[in-house]
Amino acid sequence: MLKIWSMKKNEDAVAKKKPKTSAAQIRVQKDLTELDLPDTMKTHFPDPNDLLNFTLTITPDDGMYKGGSFVFSFAINTNYPHEPPKVKCTQTIYHPNVDLEGNVCLNILREDWKPVLNLNSVMVGLQYLFLEPNADDPLNKDAAQELIKNREHFLSNVKQSMRGYNIKGVQYQNVMG
Amino acid sequence: MPATTQDWDERYYHVDQILEKPGPRTDPGFLAGDEVKEFLREKCKILVIGAGGLGCEILANLALTGFKDIHVIDMDTIDISNLNRQFLFRPKDVGNPKAIVAAEFIMNRVPGVTVTPYYGKIQDKDDDYYMQFNLVICGLDSVEARRWINATLVNMVDPENPESLKPLIDGGTEGFKGQARVILPTVSSCYECSLDMLNKPTAFPICTIANTPRLPEHCIEWASVLEWPRVHGDKKMDTDDPEHISWLYNQAAARAKDFKIEGVTWSLTQGVVKNIIPAIASTNAIIAASCCNEAFKIATSSAAYLNNYFMLIGTDGVYSYTFEHEKRDDCPVCGGEALDMSISSETTVEQLIELLIEKQDIQIKKPSLSTPTAQIYFQAPPQLEAATRPNLTKKVSELVPADGEITVTSTSLPFSLSLRISYT
Ligand SMILES: [Zn+2]
Repeated sequence: MLKIWSMKKNEDAVAKKKPKTSAAQIRVQKDLTELDLPDTMKTHFPDPNDLLNFTLTITPDDGMYKGGSFVFSFAINTNYPHEPPKVKCTQTIYHPNVDLEGNVCLNILREDWKPVLNLNSVMVGLQYLFLEPNADDPLNKDAAQELIKNREHFLSNVKQSMRGYNIKGVQYQNVMG
Repeated sequence: MPATTQDWDERYYHVDQILEKPGPRTDPGFLAGDEVKEFLREKCKILVIGAGGLGCEILANLALTGFKDIHVIDMDTIDISNLNRQFLFRPKDVGNPKAIVAAEFIMNRVPGVTVTPYYGKIQDKDDDYYMQFNLVICGLDSVEARRWINATLVNMVDPENPESLKPLIDGGTEGFKGQARVILPTVSSCYECSLDMLNKPTAFPICTIANTPRLPEHCIEWASVLEWPRVHGDKKMDTDDPEHISWLYNQAAARAKDFKIEGVTWSLTQGVVKNIIPAIASTNAIIAASCCNEAFKIATSSAAYLNNYFMLIGTDGVYSYTFEHEKRDDCPVCGGEALDMSISSETTVEQLIELLIEKQDIQIKKPSLSTPTAQIYFQAPPQLEAATRPNLTKKVSELVPADGEITVTSTSLPFSLSLRISYT
């Protein structure tokens, strides 16, 4: 059998026995404790011992969604960061990039996810959707068309939806709390 | 009958050409002759993880090169679709555990070889189990399982015990592409070090799936990503349940019809949701051969082994490339530092943090601490900081047992630092 041990002795960094903490777990600890969020974003852990499931509340201080308070759920699985966190909007909101089921169209949550990205990048990406809703990647087609056709009307729909009005037969949730 | 008596004359004639005399490139530690033959055939114990496409090839190769004490783990049962390439299985075996059928087949076919199967998960086994082997070969299709065995073998390395370092040979294939690599835990780059090199599963932009489907795959993803949760709520989709696949297939087919897209079939639906890339028998054969060659070279020291990554790309001609993947300092499994720390049983968490910050050699700022099962103190986010703040005034000894481990993360560390705590 090959003598690997002798090669090891030559290594300057002689590793000591490492802890049982899983790589995903350490990575989540690192991501969370190094979060650098503006005042407009807050995390909440229903069970503070469970780091893998939490919510993020975004309260934009600028743009068309100013004044609203938008809540997203985050679910991280043990294959993180090979797989991205699963993120959903927990409210029914009027937004071109969020559908009525809470699915979010944000490239880094799916096709452009890479393990070098972290929770901070996802959160900043989500906030950006409220500052710059993007009609090119629609999930709520009506909202996207309105944004392209008539920005003023779109804005008024946004304001009404945020107060819990019904738009085109869809009951939106009041997010002004 | 003992295994040796079943060896007929010239059984290993060709293999012995390599083992009976050193060559120009053999390792200086290579002892040609009976000793190495005896080690390979009587003493060496090898574990094969996975008895699927790669695993069948690996088991056959090992048995025929003279490994005689082989163990195999697989949690799957045989499906009819496996039979085209997993050649240890026959139609009568469908539904039976792969590990058990493969073991029986090899033992019947290659006299004198003992294959010990385990039908279950690698996670069922503990360090003592893995410690009994000289070598581990993986032929898995799951990233998660590979990460687990890699971390387990890296964590098992005990600086006091040379036997605790188990070479891991990892094979993987995806269609016409494949790779074989040799991982010497804590010495060379590990599986986690190269996690960002993996091909990620194809994911289509969610808005394309929702609005502008053009491919049958878009319709299937629409059914599984958007329709399933909308209709079934929190009920989890089970990609192994044919009824679930049928439901998805029906939804996808209806949508494909609406958008005049052709090509949605039941098996494509299953392939997309299970993220199956068609397995190619010849790719498996090449990668398994490479893995077994490495196992043979490492077990016998008869030739230089792979350092450390072999890549095969068979999509355009046959291209292969070998390179040394570098170990990463910020690897969460094999990188980072480990530190033994001896503190008084009266030391509080706050005092421990002070000690860490004052340590000149590690230069740590704002450390966050946890044990494998609980948080000790988190600098952020605010809610967790508040929840863990009461721990600051507690004694470390109330939270961490003697010889217990603390994981420290900080922006100033490449990844993490592990502390092993002893009390004075
Ligand atoms: Zn590593």
